Amino acid sequence: MRFQTTASPHVAPNSEVGRLMRQVLLALVPGTAAAIWFFGWGVLINILLAVGAGLLAEALMLAVRGRPLGPFLSDGSVIVTAWLLAVCLPPLAPWWLPVVGIVFAVVVAKHLYGGLGYNLFNPAMVGYVVLLISFPREMTQWMLPHGVAAASLSLPEALGVVFTGQLPPGMGWDALSGATPLNAYKTETGQGHLLSAIQQSPTFGMLGGAGWEWLALGWLAGGLWMIWRGVISWRIPLTMLGAFGLLALGFHLYDPERFASPLFHLFSGGAMLGAFFIATDPVSGSTTQRGQLIFGAGIGVLEYFIRTFAGYPDGVAFAVLLMNIAAPLIDHYTPARVFGREAGRS
Amino acid sequence: MNEHTLHRFPGGLHPEQHKSESNGTPIQVARVAGTLVLPLKQHIGAAARPVVAVGERVLRNQALAKADGFVSAPIHAPTSGIIVAIKEHPVPHPSGLSAPCVVLEPDGRDEAMQVFEPWPNYAAIAPILLRERVREAGVVGLGGAVFPSAVKLAGTPGTPIHTVVLNGAECEPYITCDDRLMRERAEEVLRGGQIIMHVVAAHKCLVGVEDNKPEAIAALRKAAATLDDPRIEIVAIPTIYPSGAEKQLIHVLTGERISRETRSTERGFLGHNVATAAAVYRAVVHGEPLTRRIVTLTGSGMQHKGNWEVPLGMLACDLIAQAGGYTPDVARLILGGPMMGFALGSDEVPVTKAANCLLALAAPDAPVDPLPLPCIRCGRCAEGCPVELQPQQLLWDAKAGDFERAEKQDSLFECIECGICAAVCPSHIPLVHYFRYAKTEIWQREREKDKAAQARERFEARNARIEREKREREEMLAKKRAQLAAQKAEGETASAAADEKQKAIQDALERAKARKAAQQSSADGARPANTAGNAADQ
Repeated sequence: MRFQTTASPHVAPNSEVGRLMRQVLLALVPGTAAAIWFFGWGVLINILLAVGAGLLAEALMLAVRGRPLGPFLSDGSVIVTAWLLAVCLPPLAPWWLPVVGIVFAVVVAKHLYGGLGYNLFNPAMVGYVVLLISFPREMTQWMLPHGVAAASLSLPEALGVVFTGQLPPGMGWDALSGATPLNAYKTETGQGHLLSAIQQSPTFGMLGGAGWEWLALGWLAGGLWMIWRGVISWRIPLTMLGAFGLLALGFHLYDPERFASPLFHLFSGGAMLGAFFIATDPVSGSTTQRGQLIFGAGIGVLEYFIRTFAGYPDGVAFAVLLMNIAAPLIDHYTPARVFGREAGRS
Repeated sequence: MNEHTLHRFPGGLHPEQHKSESNGTPIQVARVAGTLVLPLKQHIGAAARPVVAVGERVLRNQALAKADGFVSAPIHAPTSGIIVAIKEHPVPHPSGLSAPCVVLEPDGRDEAMQVFEPWPNYAAIAPILLRERVREAGVVGLGGAVFPSAVKLAGTPGTPIHTVVLNGAECEPYITCDDRLMRERAEEVLRGGQIIMHVVAAHKCLVGVEDNKPEAIAALRKAAATLDDPRIEIVAIPTIYPSGAEKQLIHVLTGERISRETRSTERGFLGHNVATAAAVYRAVVHGEPLTRRIVTLTGSGMQHKGNWEVPLGMLACDLIAQAGGYTPDVARLILGGPMMGFALGSDEVPVTKAANCLLALAAPDAPVDPLPLPCIRCGRCAEGCPVELQPQQLLWDAKAGDFERAEKQDSLFECIECGICAAVCPSHIPLVHYFRYAKTEIWQREREKDKAAQARERFEARNARIEREKREREEMLAKKRAQLAAQKAEGETASAAADEKQKAIQDALERAKARKAAQQSSADGARPANTAGNAADQ
């Protein structure tokens, strides 16, 4: 009798890129839900716009590059990229902002480098940084969280703002938007105000920024779930948050009126999202186990210094991209130790 | 039993076990059916040299082929019959190639001969003779590696063996031949261990068995109690693939980390599969050569699952037919386990010393090669790798053709091809396949380099020879010229003597001429036939 032959191992694979990506999307749900609760429908509109445009750009690039559409579109990687970019953008941003960001991310950062698995830089963060540098005004107009803002918008009203730029009659931007806690912290400490006074403002909450801290808790919950499910390893999140938190602690102890506490830093801005969802992108990060420790710690250190001493209020995107550059070098210098080699040498 | 401290190797995998399908029934003895095809190379090393002629009748246990070289093993007849051919026949090989085989047509009488003297009292026999016996009996590693056991017993010169490790881990899913062997013939296994200890003068024997085989462990412990040998310790080890890889098993049992480039014997460990130990016992104590082995028939494509003691050379199709055949939806036939075994293109290949399992998978269980997605560098392969390699990096090396880096920096040759990396890869990349390709490519290049080096050597030797001959000729000519010159110079002074000599020669020639003329006249016409004959002779 004749049989078809295949290469070993002859077992059904126990994981799949598509399933991994779907698990990441699932882990994004708690943080995203918190974001929609505190910052309104704009968050959801951003996600839908980015995912739609991302899928279109992906399909177009696959067609141009002569790659099969089915397996690559269904792997879900572009949805993850789009979702991550979208939750970093100001809600109620004009519709073209997420579109331009994701198209740049997919076309330039992903496919011009060779598509899935070949991109040197985290596509979502490339898209974010391109938007931040090109459209600083749109990118810094952040909403005040629910409970702090004087008004909120219904879904049709939000859609109107996104697509026409017109607020509902009688409503001003002042009622909706304001400085983010990190922004407030940065500008006011820059003016020499004391932290204890700054934190009296209603934009500050128990841990970090009001509302923001709930988003951070949501990302944290999703991240811990991913570690538990084996979707990501603990190495990068732990070393990133660890290095970031330790630096913040050191500076905070040195001058508590000028440098915010590690808790504030961890639960504001993009620290949690970055640690669990962005720095853990396997393609653009370090892949050796020891390398991941260095990679994560490097992002944590850079993030803290950018936040504290550079011009931008938050530094996750720049920190991740800078460490993306370093990843191949880190991998090169942290090669496999190989079972038995160390004893063999002694 | 005292508690044994166990160690954990890096990585590993918990694949679905599928052991219970085949380990519930006793080993059945397969009766000889069909023609037996015995490949001359069923082991690592040089193929055996046939010592029987086509048409010859042989008896069970008779040697059909002798070991050819140190790393080689003989082949014996599993039953009596006629040698009908010594020819190329398809053998179990991933590429389905053919190799020289002795073809034996059984006569059904199964007449045996005693080829070796049984040595029940082996302790009185010199280790070197026991080693020779193991070699003559054709015993090779029955765990699947089929390395000639006698070579391993010879150890590494200057490094004494302190511990014999008997490998009963059987970590591959589906396979249960060692499980059944340990349950049913525990004493043979342990006695084999004792013989091996005697041969290499070891003072300890650790038997490692995965804890998913409690019956085997109990049977071994019972046998150990009967033997009452304090040197033997039965150790239950955690079930995790690949605990049955030799270096990994030694690590689990002792904490020693031995890389692939170091032989275990260099560190005082000698590893043998439990089935090999039992074969050593049969060869020494009963004087039986290795002519049968236990094969697990299992999988969703197999009608009846179980273990069979099979005469070597029996065709897989004959064995499977005897065991009840395939299910109608059988789609894949694998020799060995699902992790490291290879798919057979045909079942018309013989059962060899390496065949521990025939795994038939029905269509729903037979994975087809999926379209691999690009590597996303998630590192699952590296986390699972039991030798701490970076398979994702090796993949890049192999794809880029950077074999130098694969070998030197990324330690390609440490890979034991356990298959975990490919099994956990979310992009479904056949990683092991790439690594085999890279290894073959490196071997090929080395061979070419060797060839080129040889050619260069030959060319240089030829040039040197031509140069030397030229020099010698010139030297000779120069010598001759010098001689002639010297003679010329001497000539004048010696010419008187030469004239005298010349005259003597002239005289002699004339005498000879006269004699010849006289002879010619007397023989003329007397013997013409003879002359013609002489002419014809010339």
